[in-house]
Amino acid sequence: MSSETALATGPRARGLAPFLRSQMRNIAPFLTLICLFTFFAFASPSFATLDNLGNILTQVSITGIIAVGLTFVILCAEIDLSIAAIANVTGIAVAYFTLQESYVNIANVPLPGAVAILLSILLCALLGLVNALGLTVIGIPSFIMTLAMMQIAAGISALLVRGQIAYKVPSLITTLGSGSIGGIPWLVIIAALMLLGGHLVLTYTRFGRYVYMVGGNREAAEYSGLNVKLILGAVMVISAVCSGIGGMLGVAHFGSAQQNEFDTYLLDSIAAVVVGGTSLFGGRGGIGNTIVGLFVLGVLNNGLDHVNIDSFLKILIRGLILLAALIINVYAQRLREKAAE
Amino acid sequence: MPEGQQPILELQGITKSFGGVEALRGVDFALCPGEIHGLVGENGAGKSTLMKIIAGVHTEFSGRFLVDGRETHFRSARDAHAAGIAMVHQELSVAPDLTVAENVFLGNQPTNRLGLVQWRRMAREAGEQLARFGIDVDPMSRLGDLPIGLQQLIEIARVLFSGARIVILDEPTSALSPPEVERLFATLKRLREEGTAIVFISHFIEDILRVSDTVTVFRNGRKVAETASAATSKSALIEAMIGRGGEALEHSYADDLMLPRPSESAVILKAEQLSLGRSLNDVSFEARAGEVLGIYGFMGCGQQELSRILFGKLKPDGGTLAVEGRPKTFASTAAARRAGVALVPESRRDMLFHQEPVYKNISISILDRISSLLLKPGQERDIAKRQVEQLQIRPPVVGLDLGMLSGGNQQKVALAKWLTYPPKLLVLCEPTRGMDVGAKNDVINIVRDLRTKGLAIIVLSTEPETVLSLADRILVLKRGALVREFRNEPVSKDRLLEAA
Repeated sequence: MSSETALATGPRARGLAPFLRSQMRNIAPFLTLICLFTFFAFASPSFATLDNLGNILTQVSITGIIAVGLTFVILCAEIDLSIAAIANVTGIAVAYFTLQESYVNIANVPLPGAVAILLSILLCALLGLVNALGLTVIGIPSFIMTLAMMQIAAGISALLVRGQIAYKVPSLITTLGSGSIGGIPWLVIIAALMLLGGHLVLTYTRFGRYVYMVGGNREAAEYSGLNVKLILGAVMVISAVCSGIGGMLGVAHFGSAQQNEFDTYLLDSIAAVVVGGTSLFGGRGGIGNTIVGLFVLGVLNNGLDHVNIDSFLKILIRGLILLAALIINVYAQRLREKAAE
Repeated sequence: MPEGQQPILELQGITKSFGGVEALRGVDFALCPGEIHGLVGENGAGKSTLMKIIAGVHTEFSGRFLVDGRETHFRSARDAHAAGIAMVHQELSVAPDLTVAENVFLGNQPTNRLGLVQWRRMAREAGEQLARFGIDVDPMSRLGDLPIGLQQLIEIARVLFSGARIVILDEPTSALSPPEVERLFATLKRLREEGTAIVFISHFIEDILRVSDTVTVFRNGRKVAETASAATSKSALIEAMIGRGGEALEHSYADDLMLPRPSESAVILKAEQLSLGRSLNDVSFEARAGEVLGIYGFMGCGQQELSRILFGKLKPDGGTLAVEGRPKTFASTAAARRAGVALVPESRRDMLFHQEPVYKNISISILDRISSLLLKPGQERDIAKRQVEQLQIRPPVVGLDLGMLSGGNQQKVALAKWLTYPPKLLVLCEPTRGMDVGAKNDVINIVRDLRTKGLAIIVLSTEPETVLSLADRILVLKRGALVREFRNEPVSKDRLLEAA
């Protein structure tokens, strides 16, 4: 490689095709989104309306809040399977610490709203910390560790509600989960703020850079003197806290707190992150990708309701779309490696 | 090339570029059966690129490619393999979690009619093959448990005995001890007798001259010379490689070299009675400011483990470390870095981020110095530009992905990471391994410059030349124990080899 030619040609002079190939990860999900949107817009007159757009936004908000933390985890090439269960237990906890109507048969502990919220956040942070310790100190792979945590959190949920349903949550949570301001649901605003916050942290802070570097090459991160365990631990806690916030607002949004009400959010959140193009092998992607992924899922779920389709077939179609996205994810990785050659 | 013989492989006018940077320009290359063909050239001269084209790793290039006189185009390494071409890459590519036998038969394990692996047959045949190569190991042991040098030998053995007609060896000797090199050469010569064509890439020009029939020199993506090995000399080859008078650059270290009087300056690191399993046993030494301490020993003597202990990557079973008189137990590499210790490991893959730009690679270890919370990309780039300029990293584009740089330049980036805010103690493992003469000299000058600035530097190497060219004081590590210290006395390659 001679220096003269190298001087003359910067990375920009590589031509369009290799650039597009290296950006496949970002382009493919976006194209998917446009295709889906166009399809449903033609297939159903009620789909491409402002009202329905608002619906989609609201529908993806809770997934979005949970996916913020999960994006950090997946960028580090780890996984968190306990997100839905932690969301559930945090939502139940905040109801547990709120005074319920007399007909609710739960032995709950009524506390002031602020204390209830604080305790619930502490609970999810604590569960995240257990994940973190299991992963970094003991060395349990995150897949297994969070699988165990999924059970543990579900177990705590079960013990708190004992098969009953609670309805009341602190008024702040009620407002943020089901209220709106100027016609925009608070839930959407919170989701947008958290996604924005996640993006800023990942892009502009030192911690964000560390997350990408640990995901890109963990060994190299360690040889660069980064505290890899601390960073991995931090992302597990961040993931749990995001899940907890999603869970509390979700309970207010649904109007009830009960066992298993967040189960679908596990797959949806993972799908949103991965469909958006964040690499399962770590180090590539980000919140921007997650947002596109959220909309792909949101448009898909919502659009399938607008066209006349067998509701059981919907599940299969979602599965197939997820598979397609995973295939693209793996190919995008390969194309990028080729472009870098 | 032997006269009048039909080449088994012929390449004409091969040109290959990576993202606008030409790595090969109109190269002709021919290989005959029963020939050992040596390739030399500086890092990034195009040797490895040409070999990867032959081995089907790079599939996009221009020029004619003929196998047995027929024009061929490989679409993958598999195609090349089917055509009887096998390559041992510079970086070890083995499956450490599989057994030795499985590694030897990787991809074509013997199976019975039901498709089940015939373990006993596989183990027996693997053992026999390795024995032919002079390797005596249990074929059923896990490969990753063996020393790196042995792993490399097993990988080479696998390729040599795969029945390939053309075997490409890219820097095969860099991780081998002298007796292992002898065994490799004997095997190569035997295969030559059997008609195998062998390409041998090495920075050890003596090795090339000893074992090859023909030698080709690359410079800047061009073939600049091809001669019979018997008709050339080391200095002639070096001159062709770098295009300037070579004698002064390469020191043979055959004669005695006088080590300076031991430094009286402050002790930066004191290691006492370090031990680790079977790898290290009661190792004690000091590293002083403004002194380069060389630690020499054969592959597997415990160097690697020692360097990892100094950087907090491994925990010793026993012994103590003290930095500037304060006892330290490094719980993590981060703790070692905070205490002022820096490590450049022997494998570039281990410490660089290939998919990230050069500047992020350089700034990663000093981010906490230049930003508390928010990143300062402008400052990162400025720092990187200074380092790239100072270390003459090519191409000098800090936004380029690291993976697009040549091996030697990547090594310089690995060093550049630590130089903006120099540590108190710099531990370098094989700092010049796999580098050409010019880059080697660059690194030697950088290290000397750092010594003048008062850093304590420890250089660990299995190449006597590396230690001799850098060290003020030399320790010899043998089977995990320090057996000899050279200080204020004459030392030479012979004396070092003798002590180890």
